[in-house]
Amino acid sequence: MSVIRKSSLDILSVGKWILRRDCRLLSAVPEKVEVAEKAQEEIEKLSGRKRRFNNPVLEYRHVYPEFLPDPNPKWRNSLREKMERADMLKRRSQIDIPEFYVGSILAVTISDPHAQGKTNRFVGICIERKGCGLRAEFILRNVVDHQGVEVKYELYDPTIQSIQVLRLEKRLDDKLYYLRDALPEYCTFPQDMDPEMLPEGTPVPLNPVQVKLKPKPWLERWERQDLKGVSNIEEHLKEKDRVRRELRKTPWEKYDLMKQYRKTIPAEDQTEIWSEVYNQLQQMRVSRKKLSRKRLFTTPKPQLG
Amino acid sequence: MFRSLINRLSSAQTCGIHTTPSLNEVRLLTRLRVVDNSEIGKRAMAEGKPPKVICVYNKKRVGLIGDRVMVAIKGQKKKGILVGLKQNQKVKVPKFDSNNIVLIDDNGTPLGTRIHVPIPTILRTILKERTHAKGADYTKLLGIATRFV
Repeated sequence: MSVIRKSSLDILSVGKWILRRDCRLLSAVPEKVEVAEKAQEEIEKLSGRKRRFNNPVLEYRHVYPEFLPDPNPKWRNSLREKMERADMLKRRSQIDIPEFYVGSILAVTISDPHAQGKTNRFVGICIERKGCGLRAEFILRNVVDHQGVEVKYELYDPTIQSIQVLRLEKRLDDKLYYLRDALPEYCTFPQDMDPEMLPEGTPVPLNPVQVKLKPKPWLERWERQDLKGVSNIEEHLKEKDRVRRELRKTPWEKYDLMKQYRKTIPAEDQTEIWSEVYNQLQQMRVSRKKLSRKRLFTTPKPQLG
Repeated sequence: MFRSLINRLSSAQTCGIHTTPSLNEVRLLTRLRVVDNSEIGKRAMAEGKPPKVICVYNKKRVGLIGDRVMVAIKGQKKKGILVGLKQNQKVKVPKFDSNNIVLIDDNGTPLGTRIHVPIPTILRTILKERTHAKGADYTKLLGIATRFV
């Protein structure tokens, strides 16, 4: 397990990269927002401070992606979505579902009728997060006793007792399915890992580690997926694979505005949703922070942050 | 040149190249991995001749977690229990990177004395349900497990 800590300069540049990527992802937001964001970025650069977004829409769609409905118009139903959001908030008032991303390392404790102590804890790296509303789910992967194990959890499952983020970070790709074909050291995490605390106000760090794949056969054709987090993909390819990759490329898709539009929720809809849930989410956040601070004061740990 | 390549590829695609991912089901003649320390299992795995399924004992003939299978291993017929699958699983049930099997005899007693990979906890309930008062006792397998996930 290798943790690459970057210097503060690097973190700044990474933050900028994330910003840029955000702009691209939110295709439906009018350009004004982007311009405003850029201006903010420049202000940040000038003042030399790291600050998070003030606009809740821009921040919350990454922190709470499951609050946005599926963009497919066939599956939209405003009443159902509203009820689901209410249920999600109710569940969130019961347990703390923290902010995490694909690539973060989580520990999930569930109450398991099959286990001896009636609880079951699993530690692993989040390789996939998908679904919206109450159907939101994520997959954790770990290598236990030299055996790769993956467990899928639903985020709003009532049997989940706690979700703990042991290391909050992002990776270079949106899905980490290639870890299944990577060398086992890249997804081996000890079950008794200690949570790493980030100082407050820092942006989520990006882990630029590039994994090494095992030789073929692979589970998928990774060479066609334009992965950034794999270093040795070219070693394993034959001439035939390279030719086919060239033939299968779709370079025009980044210009397909309609395709992007269909994949995203328009900014107007988003503001409606976020205005509905923002207050409660913010309240929960603040109260959780207070609670954790209290706990910190009662049991001070050495070397925080 | 490009067109000829495309033609060749498109003709190749009609020749039965599958583009959908495989289901990784345990069926007839699937190769499995023995995860206990029984002598025959260890030797078969070391020789690079993992056991093959020759029968799955359920109605659908597709093995699920906790199902009994008969395998051909080093020229012998042995029974075993599936303790971990590669196939996609339900929520909260672990999915493994290989199809794991523990060899048992007719009474349900495992041939080895230790299992060196994690075992899904749901297997406890499944094997208890499968065990009847007078038949084979499969829960002995849980006693030799080292770790549950």
